Amino acid sequence: MIYVPCDTTAISLGANQIAAEIRALDPEVTIKRNGTRGLFWLEPLIEVDTPQGRIAYGPLEPGEVTPELLAGGAHPKRLGDIESHPYLAKQNRLTFARIGKIDPLSLADYRETGGFSGLINAINKMPQDIVSDVKNSGLRGRGGAAFPTGIKWQTVLDAPGTQKYIVCNADEGDSGTFADRLVMECDPYQLIEGMIIAGLAVGANQGYIYLRREYPLADRILRAAIENCYTAGWLGADIQGSGQAFDLEVRLGADAYICGEETSLLESLEGKRGLVRSKPPLPALKGLFGQPTVVNNVLSLSAVPFILAQGPDAYQQCGFGRSRGTLPIQLAGNIAQGGLIEIDFGISLREIVEDFGGGTASGRPMRAIQAGGPLGAYLAEHDWDTPMDYEAFAEKNAVLGHGGVVVFDDRVNMAEQARFSMEFCAAESCGKCTPCRIGSTRGVEVIDRICAGENPQQNTDLLHDLCDTMELGSLCAMGGMTPFPVRSALVHFPDDFAAAEAEQ
Amino acid sequence: MLTISDDDIRDAIQPHQDLPGAMLPVLHAIQDRFGYLPANSVAVVAQALQVSRAEVDGVISFYHHYRRQPAGAHVVQVCRAEACQARGSRALESHLKSSLGIDYHQTTPDNEITLEPVYCLGNCACGPNLLIDDQVAARVTPDKADHLMDALRHQALEIQS
Repeated sequence: MIYVPCDTTAISLGANQIAAEIRALDPEVTIKRNGTRGLFWLEPLIEVDTPQGRIAYGPLEPGEVTPELLAGGAHPKRLGDIESHPYLAKQNRLTFARIGKIDPLSLADYRETGGFSGLINAINKMPQDIVSDVKNSGLRGRGGAAFPTGIKWQTVLDAPGTQKYIVCNADEGDSGTFADRLVMECDPYQLIEGMIIAGLAVGANQGYIYLRREYPLADRILRAAIENCYTAGWLGADIQGSGQAFDLEVRLGADAYICGEETSLLESLEGKRGLVRSKPPLPALKGLFGQPTVVNNVLSLSAVPFILAQGPDAYQQCGFGRSRGTLPIQLAGNIAQGGLIEIDFGISLREIVEDFGGGTASGRPMRAIQAGGPLGAYLAEHDWDTPMDYEAFAEKNAVLGHGGVVVFDDRVNMAEQARFSMEFCAAESCGKCTPCRIGSTRGVEVIDRICAGENPQQNTDLLHDLCDTMELGSLCAMGGMTPFPVRSALVHFPDDFAAAEAEQ
Repeated sequence: MLTISDDDIRDAIQPHQDLPGAMLPVLHAIQDRFGYLPANSVAVVAQALQVSRAEVDGVISFYHHYRRQPAGAHVVQVCRAEACQARGSRALESHLKSSLGIDYHQTTPDNEITLEPVYCLGNCACGPNLLIDDQVAARVTPDKADHLMDALRHQALEIQS
């Protein structure tokens, strides 16, 4: 059997051509389309089943498939057992334990690797006991805000109401992040299982996955996975004879970054413009269609089956400080060895980009790292030893967010990056509050003036003032956090703004 | 251009219009079938969902994905987000605009390629990325982009002949 990955990254790098070449060379061989292992610089990475275990080869170019390779033999791209590769061996994969090993749509593969054992445990528990397990695990929302998941569930469980909802936020819009996509494309049943458990825990019988339109492959895989779950009795009116019901549906977004904000997402699901709601009321009390609603990120929900299967302690024992469990870090941008790194909280950014990442892809010196997506700060070298932990990052006016790490080499112009942050905010603001809607456009103009050398000192002061207004006066994180990348560029890389000025 | 009748639109939205929060699924269904939202969609959707035309119009104008004019035969989206910028997407963006002779939201005169920006395709370790129809292309250099655009145009010629 030959494993050829079928996720977006592997396919974008030629995995389907490699599969066709294998088929042409050996019409009889079984080709299994698995997910990716998440070592993207090695994709397309194929594996051959041998008596010694799975032997990996990669990155394969068209024309490199040979009969020796199909027999697990010698080849210039032979990597051996991929699980002993340091990049994987140093990780602690809990949520991503299965990805790359199985056929994402095979229910048999999922069951054989421990799938649905968390749900089976949950079916036999009282709702309060499920919620307590999630509380005791220390799991915090992986979408970015890091709010304790168990407390959110408790609020929904305690809320009066006959109709409650589970909404999965799969609008993974942050640049530099792809962990949600990997779960949905490579292990979709784990997310579905997490959502059913959430439904049992809080008494919700309807779930929605709000997925971004930009992920067409994840959409196809999720819809197929949901259909398979209905056929096999894991979804529907009577889950595995338990008498409990849960229905699940995928809903597509329509290219609006703001819909990753939970209240904007709910408006969008209701069929409206994605305008952010004021809080309170919390979505947990008055969410989708005004009913009590759990809104959780893909990674938060996908961590739940492990917690219910292995117990809250097994999860709680990993981590650092108040950040318990593991953090799926997505290493991206100008990096030699980009990919998915699930590891206990507490590792430093430098270890991630140097030990795992192996430096820049261009071979030039690293200059700036943006952590936590487009609303996250740019960190200069003196901050790279900060441990990856929600509180340690907050002390540096930075955020972990959804775990994206984007590396830039020394050719980056940080004034351009700051300008882009404001431009992005102007393009994606929902427009409800003034600091975000107008402040972002004014921000672009002020940065342009600084770079054009127009009263640079006064305009820099004005930019800081504008950032204060946006930070303190915006309704949500879009306007409230756009100042993070802007200010960090201004404070840590002032020469770029001055250099642009000198060029005029 | 073929006229799309109210009945054509009703036919496209019928399977979705009774869903809770049906607006986005209904608009997707129209755009998926016809490639854009014809002007008469607004009134038809308003009637089917029992909302005002202003509400339908407001939703369409909020979301970048919805288009009111037909696109070219292929839609090419350039990722503008930071991780792709770190790998050269700014150069790719200007190369595509100049080689195709169009700006974002425009279509080439031969009606083959519509160029759009997109903010992240989730392939951030392998940028710069394009989304060509529904296929992601990775590590796209200006040369590779030229090759991909040529392939799109040839593909279209073959279908026509």
